[in-house]
Amino acid sequence: MSSRESILSKIKASQPEQRALPGLTGLNLQVDSVFQKYREVLTSIGGTVVEVRSFDEIKAFIKSEYNTSLRLITTLPELADIAETGWLEADPHSLSDVELTIIRGVFGVAENGAIWLTENEMGQRVAPFICQNLAIIIQKENIVADLHLAYERIGNEENSFSTFLAGPSKTADIEQSLVLGAHGSRSLVVFVL
Amino acid sequence: MQHSEAADIFNKDVERTTWHDETLWWVRQKRDKVAFQIPEWELLRETASQIKNNVLSNLHDYLVSFEEQAIRNGVKVHWAADAAEHNQIVLSILRENNINSLSKSKSMLTEECHMNEFLSHNGIDVIDTDLGERIVQLRQEPPSHIVMPAIHLKKEDVSDTFHEHLNTEKGNNAPQYLTEVARHHLREKFLERKLALTGVNFAVAETGEFVVCTNEGNADMGAHLADVHIACMGFEKIIPKREHLGVFLRLLARSATGQPITTYSSHFRKPCEGQQMHIVIVDNGRSTQLGRKDFRNSLKCIRCAACMNTCPVYRRSGGHSYHNAVAGPIGSILAPNLDMTKFADLPFASTLCGSCSNVCPVKIDIHDQLYKWRQVLVQSGHAPTVKKLGMKAMNFTFSHPAAYQLGGSVGRKIMKALPFLVNNGMNPWFKNREMPEPPSESFRDWYKKNRKK
Repeated sequence: MSSRESILSKIKASQPEQRALPGLTGLNLQVDSVFQKYREVLTSIGGTVVEVRSFDEIKAFIKSEYNTSLRLITTLPELADIAETGWLEADPHSLSDVELTIIRGVFGVAENGAIWLTENEMGQRVAPFICQNLAIIIQKENIVADLHLAYERIGNEENSFSTFLAGPSKTADIEQSLVLGAHGSRSLVVFVL
Repeated sequence: MQHSEAADIFNKDVERTTWHDETLWWVRQKRDKVAFQIPEWELLRETASQIKNNVLSNLHDYLVSFEEQAIRNGVKVHWAADAAEHNQIVLSILRENNINSLSKSKSMLTEECHMNEFLSHNGIDVIDTDLGERIVQLRQEPPSHIVMPAIHLKKEDVSDTFHEHLNTEKGNNAPQYLTEVARHHLREKFLERKLALTGVNFAVAETGEFVVCTNEGNADMGAHLADVHIACMGFEKIIPKREHLGVFLRLLARSATGQPITTYSSHFRKPCEGQQMHIVIVDNGRSTQLGRKDFRNSLKCIRCAACMNTCPVYRRSGGHSYHNAVAGPIGSILAPNLDMTKFADLPFASTLCGSCSNVCPVKIDIHDQLYKWRQVLVQSGHAPTVKKLGMKAMNFTFSHPAAYQLGGSVGRKIMKALPFLVNNGMNPWFKNREMPEPPSESFRDWYKKNRKK
């Protein structure tokens, strides 16, 4: 008998009597303003929210806040004049010198500051992780209050890879001192359009 | 070494023990702060507990469904009955691909299986990429905590270790500086390693996807830059549906570190084009635990470590004292299942105060299980001789009133006349405590006297 068969038969013989799945009602977080809550939570975990009205404002912010002589990449044609767009098919290792990645996010989650990203938005799986800094653009109306609503919204989508990304990469493994920029991006700016 | 002996050694450094105690309590307080911000917190815990009860009763079907979906997604699924088979599977994937080094992100399962040791004996170079795990790996120590692997160390220790292995400035203890050096050191490894191994936080039966949570981004850096990704999971990581992730991801980081969510909660479903993705599903004693009615609830654990952070014994004895991959209260109910002789001491390393059960996000009855393990271990002859003799003496005394009265009266007299006979290091009660003033008479004597009045 293979390990698969022996494990499964042992489990079948040992598992307890049937217990029903609970419903997921009554779990939602009541939030007055999802945008205010989102801003408050993201700020508390080390991210920055920047409200903008147009792509021109995004470009102006990037030019003033980042070193544009270094490598900037984006998936957005609107930003092609300030960042590279031809990297989607490149070897992921070649992105190791990226200073700033600018991508779209699908939606934000107010209760934890996370943004839902799928491979479509990322361009390449490693793009939001390997860069020194990360900027994500979301629409103001695309913020949900909590994770239950988030998964309702995701539904049965078949994404090969997706992630909830909340703030810059961090660690507190040395004496519980918080340090931003462990292995992923050192900073996160969320542009809210 | 028994937990109590190891704890004695840990406590010799009073300052460090106090620091350890206070730091973990601070993490516990952060957990309270975020939990209390969520009015539906208790309902969330109850819901998570019920989902996990359902999982335990449907494990067979959920695992079959998970496997079916994963295969449909292009993932290769392996089954390992025990630690040795798990390690062999990982080695064979390495060999098939002619790879002799890998980057690993945190996986307590591979600690449980002693995989690093096995692979290095077979000429494979394993790099742990979680900062805390890298620190303890360089020091050739196991992690002392499942979420904060290097919590037993001070920044001076880390600085010394990094100076020795990574050439950092001697005496520069700044966490910012040390983390920056580790970032550069490990980035090189992420870029060169062809195989990445990660753990699994949740595996969804309905979709075949699995979720890996990190704050550092090490699981993603490893997996997305490698040609081969192996994800190892104990079979209890299964949850029924994707929507249930909402419940568990809300609880996990809040219970663990007081964060609203980990920085990255990555959902892996299909390999990248040209990449291989493997999942190793491991039993290693879990199906035995599933059959133990009193202890199967321990398989509901989501490895948040809230029970450790709150435990007065863990906080003052350190994770290494538990001599098991998973320390603390939850480790003490998981370990005896694997080896009753080796881990007979662990269920006794508790005050049974119940704080662990009160903070557990999936409502495992941890302290009840600790109490039940004690009974199982003593009845099956695994208690240490001193404890057995003590229990026998106590049983005799309590069931023979004459012996009880005599013992009490002799004891009171000795404590009065010859206090040094009890106030010494041979008496475990005297450690860190003053013995009480002996009463002049027992309650029984007092009652007899006053009843007559």
